[in-house]
Amino acid sequence: MITKTPDPMLPTPWVVQRVRRETADTYTLELAGPRGAAGFAFAPGQFNMLYAFGVGEVPISISGDPERPETLMHTIRDVGSVTHAICGLKKGEALGVRGPYGTPWPVAEAAGSDVVVVAGGLGLAPLRPAIYHLLNHRADYGALELIYGARTPGDLLYRRELERWRGRFDIRVHVTVDSAGPDWRANVGVVTDLIARARFDPEHTLALVCGPGIMMRFTVRELLAQGLKPHRILVSMERNMKCGIGLCGHCQWGPFFICKDGPVFTFERIQDWFDRREV
Amino acid sequence: METLEPIVAGHPFFRGLDPRYLQMVATCASRVNFSAGQLLCRAEEEARQFFAILHGRVAVEIFSARRGPVTLQMLGEGEVLGWLWFDKPYHWHFDARALEITRVISLDVKALMETCEKNPDLGYELLKRYAHALAVQFRVARLQLMDMYGT
Repeated sequence: MITKTPDPMLPTPWVVQRVRRETADTYTLELAGPRGAAGFAFAPGQFNMLYAFGVGEVPISISGDPERPETLMHTIRDVGSVTHAICGLKKGEALGVRGPYGTPWPVAEAAGSDVVVVAGGLGLAPLRPAIYHLLNHRADYGALELIYGARTPGDLLYRRELERWRGRFDIRVHVTVDSAGPDWRANVGVVTDLIARARFDPEHTLALVCGPGIMMRFTVRELLAQGLKPHRILVSMERNMKCGIGLCGHCQWGPFFICKDGPVFTFERIQDWFDRREV
Repeated sequence: METLEPIVAGHPFFRGLDPRYLQMVATCASRVNFSAGQLLCRAEEEARQFFAILHGRVAVEIFSARRGPVTLQMLGEGEVLGWLWFDKPYHWHFDARALEITRVISLDVKALMETCEKNPDLGYELLKRYAHALAVQFRVARLQLMDMYGT
């Protein structure tokens, strides 16, 4: 018998259930699958290709809870024509979804270790599924530290959730911004400065890092200075993904296709390419 | 009479300093408490003190007529406040406000500078520590300036 494998380039329509405004230009879309669909299984750190019909397709990380696959969540910044079209969708409207693609955060392998999660700006979105996993399986991990930086308090994603996590006794949440008004009580400064304040055992710690390139460069430098080994630092190198399946070569980065070999890499694997300006 | 030597010695900025020098520093020191909302210093005022924070949180602010006070930096336990006591005209450039009850070692800058002039080894040791604190501040300020979350 011949079974037909689904065409990886064919999007499936998903319907917008809810749009939540996170910041002035960033929205979280909650999507429901086609009728009868079992849900959307994915691993933390993976991404989907989202298709705004008639406009174009963009790679967007999944930002929801992997243990609640009935709702697919994406957090999207309105920066270009495709993301603008997606952010403008209303409840009941559809968009195309292909995926999930890419390598995940190795949260299962981190069991027994301390975990430090370092996020900058929109980088908290691809890390949120990993945080959900860590909290859903809290007893499997040692110390859990979340370090998150943004430009201003108004640029923080998932504000209510951050406050809820901060209220827990089993995760330490450090939030910092570059500048703030007088009502801001958390830190003002840069994420790299908070790493030294986090409590973890460098010998038994896994670090998950996601954010803009410069933030990741300085964060990795600080984590190494704190004694973490390169193979225990995970970075998400999302950039230029187009086909999602390693065919088009658009996201090629040295010897890697980010959509297929990444976006999550150990720093050990990519350290020769990490700071290279030519690629 | 209470001596501040052990308290000064316990602060990271002075940790490991020769006991002889600790004694000299302690003679320039006093303990000061600030309540929440109270200013430790105000921009343009003469910088007469150098603060070593023992407990609490301090917001370093700049006032803008349009935006009101804007927080540029947050300082806490183990950190120091007072960038410019080595540099004329010895004026504060920013406001610093206690966000909660804050306890500090307040060092009389004039007395401390005179002590350093008489004891160059102490002056050099303090300058080295101060240069490190400045280098950290400088690095942080540059990263803040470059808007690294937007790139």
